[in-house]
Amino acid sequence: MEGLLSLAVKAIFVENLALSFFLGMCTFIAVSKKISTAIGLGISVMIVQAITVPANNLILNYLLAPGALAWAGFPDVDLTFLGLISYIGVIAALVQILEMVLDKYFPPLYNALGVFLPLITVNCAILGGSLFMVERGYDFSESVTYGLSSGFGWALAITAMAGVREKLKYSDIPDGLQGLGITFITAGLMAMAFMSFSGVKL
Amino acid sequence: MAQKRREMLIDPLVDNNPITLQVLGLCSALAVTSSLQVAFVMTVAVTLVTGFSSMFISMIRNQIPGSIRIIVQMVIIASLVILVDQMLKAYAFEISKTLSVFVGLIITNCIVMGRAEAFAMKNPPIDSFIDGIGNGLGYGLILMLVGFVRELFGSGSLFGVTILETVNNGGWYVPNGLLLLPPSAFFIIGLIIWAFRAWKPEQVEEREYKIQVVEAH
Repeated sequence: MEGLLSLAVKAIFVENLALSFFLGMCTFIAVSKKISTAIGLGISVMIVQAITVPANNLILNYLLAPGALAWAGFPDVDLTFLGLISYIGVIAALVQILEMVLDKYFPPLYNALGVFLPLITVNCAILGGSLFMVERGYDFSESVTYGLSSGFGWALAITAMAGVREKLKYSDIPDGLQGLGITFITAGLMAMAFMSFSGVKL
Repeated sequence: MAQKRREMLIDPLVDNNPITLQVLGLCSALAVTSSLQVAFVMTVAVTLVTGFSSMFISMIRNQIPGSIRIIVQMVIIASLVILVDQMLKAYAFEISKTLSVFVGLIITNCIVMGRAEAFAMKNPPIDSFIDGIGNGLGYGLILMLVGFVRELFGSGSLFGVTILETVNNGGWYVPNGLLLLPPSAFFIIGLIIWAFRAWKPEQVEEREYKIQVVEAH
């Protein structure tokens, strides 16, 4: 339990997907103009991340890993090279299913998140989360924790960024730095602030 | 025709750069630039994937049903990325370790998807291939610039060859440790954007709010 807690804190603050691995940057920069949309996107990323990382963990352990197909009578088969294509397929399919389920059973939530859901398929934070799960060899409970908390960390970062940008638009910035340029520099400063968590040991 | 194709190749380098103008493919641009060698491998990988995925998608663009095009594009891109990943693992294992998940993340690199969707779905294969290569190179240009600054001033070397002798090795140069850390990439890209826009003022974004000078009575 303690291990999971420290994994969660690490995934949210120290190894924040947006600010220390730069994942999901395209959306991070493009959709952080307003706090309300940033929160909407952040929540969708968190939900999708919390579902896809464990799902991909199951796919890896029961279909792809060396010897994983032993239950089907193929103990020598190693399908790990198919990893990338399976993970992205799982992500695309899950996002699609999530969209349909939300549309059917939770229309208000669907209306709030609807626009963002298709975008999430190509959000590198989602695929990145799954790939980190594979690379670090998380087991099932760890991958549930990691998915949830890394999604939360991403949501936190984009919301904070949107807050800064809402204030920033009133300031007098040199012409060439206007818009994208200053956004990058702000993100850099935020990343440095997040790095101060790196000494935290749990 | 040849003229047009040359423009398609050159245009994304500065005038329509995927990173500084189209805001595509940022993730990996920031993470893999702490050394030039890695940045170079990444550039080659992304350029090849973008070029070939655009070409293949363009070849079958008339056969792809509109409703499932994203999945079809994904499958093509993912297969190409798997090829690149396997090649790197076979022939450049050390670099593939450093790049870790970022090779896989070429799949979700918005440049690849963006060009497939915006260009390859409407244009013939050869044009799409050139367009893909051009955009890959535009991305690579920024990657190499950032990598150059970060490696030269962060560890005093270029492509692993020592240029500025660091203090630790008995030289004179005190390396700037900040440049090896991720946030520095944000600053450098921000400054590169500033430089590009100072050079090409038409790329400057409109202000949402202007400071008005009010005449004193």
